[in-house]
Amino acid sequence: MRETIIHIVTVLVVLFVVLNIAAGLIWVERRLLALWQDRYGPNRVGPFGLLQVAADTIKLFFKEDWVPPFADKWVFILAPGIVMLTVLMSFTVLTFAPGIAIADLNIGLLFVLAMSSLGVYSVVLGGWASDNKYALLGGLRAAAQMLSYEVFMGLSLMGVVLMAGSFSMSAIVEAQRKMWFVVPQFLGFVLFLIAGVAETRRLPFDIPEAESELVAGFHSEYSGMKFGMFFVGEYVGVVLISALISILFFGGWLGPVLPPIVWFLIKMFFFIGFFILLRAALPRPRFDQLMDWGWKLMLPLALANLLVTGAIVLAVR
Amino acid sequence: MLSVIRTLWHIFLHAFHPRVTVQYPDEKPYLAPRYRGRIILSRDPDGGERCVACYLCAVACPVDCISLQATEDETGRRYPEFFRINFSRCIFCGYCEEACPTYAIQLTPDFEICEYNRQNLVYEKEDLLISGPGKYPDYSFWRVAGVEIGGKGKGESEREDPPADLRSLMP
Amino acid sequence: MAILFYVAGAVAIFATLMVLTRLNPVHGLLYLIVSLLAVAIVFFTLGAPFMAALEVIIYAGAIMVLFVFVVMLLNLGKRQVEQERAWLKPGMWVGPVILAAILIVEVIFLATRTGGAAMGAVEIGPKQVGISLFGPYLIGVELASFLLLAALVGAYHLGMGKPQKGEKEYGNRTDESRTAAGRDLVRAGADRPVGAP
Ligand code: SF4
Ligand code: SF4
Repeated sequence: MRETIIHIVTVLVVLFVVLNIAAGLIWVERRLLALWQDRYGPNRVGPFGLLQVAADTIKLFFKEDWVPPFADKWVFILAPGIVMLTVLMSFTVLTFAPGIAIADLNIGLLFVLAMSSLGVYSVVLGGWASDNKYALLGGLRAAAQMLSYEVFMGLSLMGVVLMAGSFSMSAIVEAQRKMWFVVPQFLGFVLFLIAGVAETRRLPFDIPEAESELVAGFHSEYSGMKFGMFFVGEYVGVVLISALISILFFGGWLGPVLPPIVWFLIKMFFFIGFFILLRAALPRPRFDQLMDWGWKLMLPLALANLLVTGAIVLAVR
Repeated sequence: MLSVIRTLWHIFLHAFHPRVTVQYPDEKPYLAPRYRGRIILSRDPDGGERCVACYLCAVACPVDCISLQATEDETGRRYPEFFRINFSRCIFCGYCEEACPTYAIQLTPDFEICEYNRQNLVYEKEDLLISGPGKYPDYSFWRVAGVEIGGKGKGESEREDPPADLRSLMP
Repeated sequence: MAILFYVAGAVAIFATLMVLTRLNPVHGLLYLIVSLLAVAIVFFTLGAPFMAALEVIIYAGAIMVLFVFVVMLLNLGKRQVEQERAWLKPGMWVGPVILAAILIVEVIFLATRTGGAAMGAVEIGPKQVGISLFGPYLIGVELASFLLLAALVGAYHLGMGKPQKGEKEYGNRTDESRTAAGRDLVRAGADRPVGAP
């Protein structure tokens, strides 16, 4: 009984914290972008503009929640739910600190990959159900982009799995006691970072919504809280990828002096900041360039990384 | 790849650059007197309306937002019966000021004229008229114009010769 | 676990039935995805979490996205729905349904006779899967990879395509055509050999 209660409380706390970080990211991202673009960003609502998040949320709630008459109603409503569901599900297998985890599955990493591959449907179906040419183009681009980037996203992580000998998050972190995996697996880290940006559809890889070409891409027809779900889903995705990077390559909660969870949060927020810096700095590539890189550069690199790591691990054993 | 990292680094350094934003309502920018903002109608140094209702500004206006009706007082001095500017259409181009022969219509550095109700942006003559001469303090059209109006007969304007006596042989 | 298994199995069967009867192809595909997810849960309850994860990643996550992608490209409209409706006459499906029902009855009969293995008795992790793939089933894996390689080469060959009539090779890729034409944008892809005046 006590076990169950502790379990439920953990779930609620993780859900609460993750959603709050994601909502807070709306403010963090706008402030950081402004910082790097010589502006101030939102600083009017509340101290340092912190209440901007509340203002934005209220605004989203009160916007008309419109389903276009030409849209495929049920799929249209389903799509934003999928994005939230899949990213939030991924958090269930993350280990934030020793003992702070919802479920430490022994196939944790595979579970995350599975969920991220299901997340594509939200974009693809949202684009299709809108029955709008821009949305459809956005959905098509999303399908192509996600497929090609998922392939080497999984492969780039296999080096880490080989070195740790497990798919479980806590085992992977424990295996980094001597050395963070970013050192031996630097190539894997870079590949995963790139794939992660593509997976969350963030700039520079936001081809599916490319507002300069496709209006707003797959969510052109969305408004109100349904748009808000896509929006928050993207931020939860950023949190997820940052958490994954710090767990898989930067030793998760390992670190001196400070409590483990603080170390984890420091590392995670560093990568969130890096994601935002990427958005501030880099231009969007053309679509064919994106596919070219994915299949002709990243995939061979990931395969080579996997082969070399496997050979070395075998030789050392 | 190297150029990407260099870009990231340079953008990161921008965190330490001075901000370019002007915190507007707290910190007002300097606007020159010739700034083209809210439009006013000015008066003579002696307090009369400068506008002679010649319609030139209404003709010059590219968006047709000036509307007026000319009339005369009993002494023959022309003035607008009503004078209306629709500021929701005005693009603050300043053509009306250029066109005006009497310096009556002038643009000012005030631009804070927002309203919640669009109808309130239609300014009538009472809203437009100010009590002073605006940017040209000494100029008075009626004092230099060779027209007869109340209190000023023929030849009494500045730099105007008295009317020639047609019957006299003297030059 | 048993309840989970039966629920997931029922969902899988229902979703598959819905796949067959939907008129709109995308709705059908959605049910197919649900069916695959249910099958993944069935795997999980049977003690094969690794298979479950792969089922989701590969079938639900990758292959079905391709299906959806293609269906979206086909731009099927109202006309398609009409056609589907015309095809779904009882005469079309009664025969197969009867045959399938006979098979199901046989399966139920067999299952009740032999009793079946205990559910989730052993958990089969990634390691066991790997060992059996590269141990006893090595030949099978190698043959499958041959097949896939052949498919890969074939797909590449098809995808390369010959330049259509009037379409020069370097007209395909804008950046190559730019360099080929001496960075002269006006001549890019124009009908003249490289280096010609
Ligand atoms: S500023 Fe331009 S637009 Fe405005 S009233 Fe004068 S002429 Fe018309
Ligand atoms: S404001 Fe000037 S241009 Fe316009 S009617 Fe009056 S005198 Fe003429």
